[in-house]
Amino acid sequence: MSHIPFILAAYFIAAVVLFWCAMAPLVRKKSIARDIRRLTQIEDIPRDSDA
Amino acid sequence: MLLAFRRRTELMFPVLFLLVVVSLFPLGIGPSPQLLARIAPGVIWIAALLATVISLDALFRTDFEDGTLEQFVISGHPLTLITLAKTVAHWLVASLPIILLSPLLAIWMNLPMESRGVMMMTLALGTPILSLIGSIGVGLTVSLKRGGQLLSLLVFPLYVPILIIATAAMMAASDGLPYAQFLGLLLAGLILSLTLAPFAAAAALKISLS
Amino acid sequence: MNMKTSRKTKPRKNPLLMFIHKMGSPPWFYQFSGKLIPWFWLIFAVLATWALYLGLFKAPADYLQGESVRIMYLHVPAAWMSMLIYSLMAVMGFIALVWRIRMMEILAIASAPIGAAFTIVTLASGSLWGRPTWGTYWVWDARLTSELVLLFLYLGVIGLYKSIDEPRKAARAACLLAIVGAVNLPIIHFSVKWWNTLHQGSSISLLGGSSIDASMLWPLLIMAVATKFYYGANLLTRARVSLLEQDKRKSWVREAIMEQD
Repeated sequence: MSHIPFILAAYFIAAVVLFWCAMAPLVRKKSIARDIRRLTQIEDIPRDSDA
Repeated sequence: MLLAFRRRTELMFPVLFLLVVVSLFPLGIGPSPQLLARIAPGVIWIAALLATVISLDALFRTDFEDGTLEQFVISGHPLTLITLAKTVAHWLVASLPIILLSPLLAIWMNLPMESRGVMMMTLALGTPILSLIGSIGVGLTVSLKRGGQLLSLLVFPLYVPILIIATAAMMAASDGLPYAQFLGLLLAGLILSLTLAPFAAAAALKISLS
Repeated sequence: MNMKTSRKTKPRKNPLLMFIHKMGSPPWFYQFSGKLIPWFWLIFAVLATWALYLGLFKAPADYLQGESVRIMYLHVPAAWMSMLIYSLMAVMGFIALVWRIRMMEILAIASAPIGAAFTIVTLASGSLWGRPTWGTYWVWDARLTSELVLLFLYLGVIGLYKSIDEPRKAARAACLLAIVGAVNLPIIHFSVKWWNTLHQGSSISLLGGSSIDASMLWPLLIMAVATKFYYGANLLTRARVSLLEQDKRKSWVREAIMEQD
């Protein structure tokens, strides 16, 4: 029985898991940044209308 | 503890749960006496684990819901002693029935005669440890809506050593081998958790109610 | 009224203490870690590639196990990280609870998913290593069983944190759980190890206990160092994102986000 598929599977799973683990916070960051920009827009509008 | 006796019917639930769970095993696996005898230590102990966790959550949660838990925290009495007292009460009310019922479970699971005494000893030494470690978990989850479910997830990994040692003691007794060292380990675990767990449980309650 | 001039500077300015103190402040931490992260990723990439090259192509196959031993260069460092991260999480949790340091809370909580990821990698690679070596995908050997319990401990910490709404309270609760788990870990580890020998007669280990040849040791160690940098980069990233989320309404966050555009 060739061992190579097992080796490949092990490294592949590791790559997927660790890649997802690395990317997940960045995805969250994008949505948080969007929220913050929306917040600043909402709060800046009344100030602009006074000027 | 007196409060617990006021709701006597509720006390029966974990006990009934224990009986039902154990009786499910022969129904699910088949009544072969040898098979049952082999898995008996594990089954009895796992059922004890489950029943303990259920009753633990129930006992603390009612106090949380009617506000007495908060009163305890604010009261200025040492919270560590209070949690210890509550844990002892829990053990007397919930785990003692398990120990008393265990001979019946032993008969159902065809546990060899040699182990039955050891079984009761492991339960007597081990269930307090379950209550003590469980009280930490309850302290952390009592204020949560699905706290009961989370409690089992949190606490079962911590129960692994107790399960291993207790069942090892029972299996050694069945085979006629010495088992005292396992009981010694359980006793050590009991002393350790008796000294450490109440502090952690008190800290957990303070966090939960903050 | 008693007017005391506050002495903000100590007679001897200890740079290390000042650095640690600064890192407790979210904006400073955010800025500083932002500079570190790309370097950590770079070092991780270089070391990991080197380790993989050595392990997959240059190191020899094992006498007994054949090619499948190459999974070791993944499995062992991942196992080491899964345990190291839990210890760090517990230590940081302890510091966070005792001294009430918010950054420590955030760092401890951010470590949990990373540790869980490494534990999953350990379990998966161990299982796939076991199939050609032992014939089955899962064996209740001491290491795999311990890792499984460790995974449950991680998931418990993460689950508890996610189930409490208020972030600081959630972090404190999860940190307490992490500490309790850490205290229990040695006990769990030994009991599982012993349980394994009880039920299998002799302790079977994937590594067999034989001494490792130098050509196999190097990729292992380099990969082990590489994983530390992965953890560093990932941890700092997660910590920064948590800060952004929790301090959404604060001005420093607004400035930081605007700066990025």
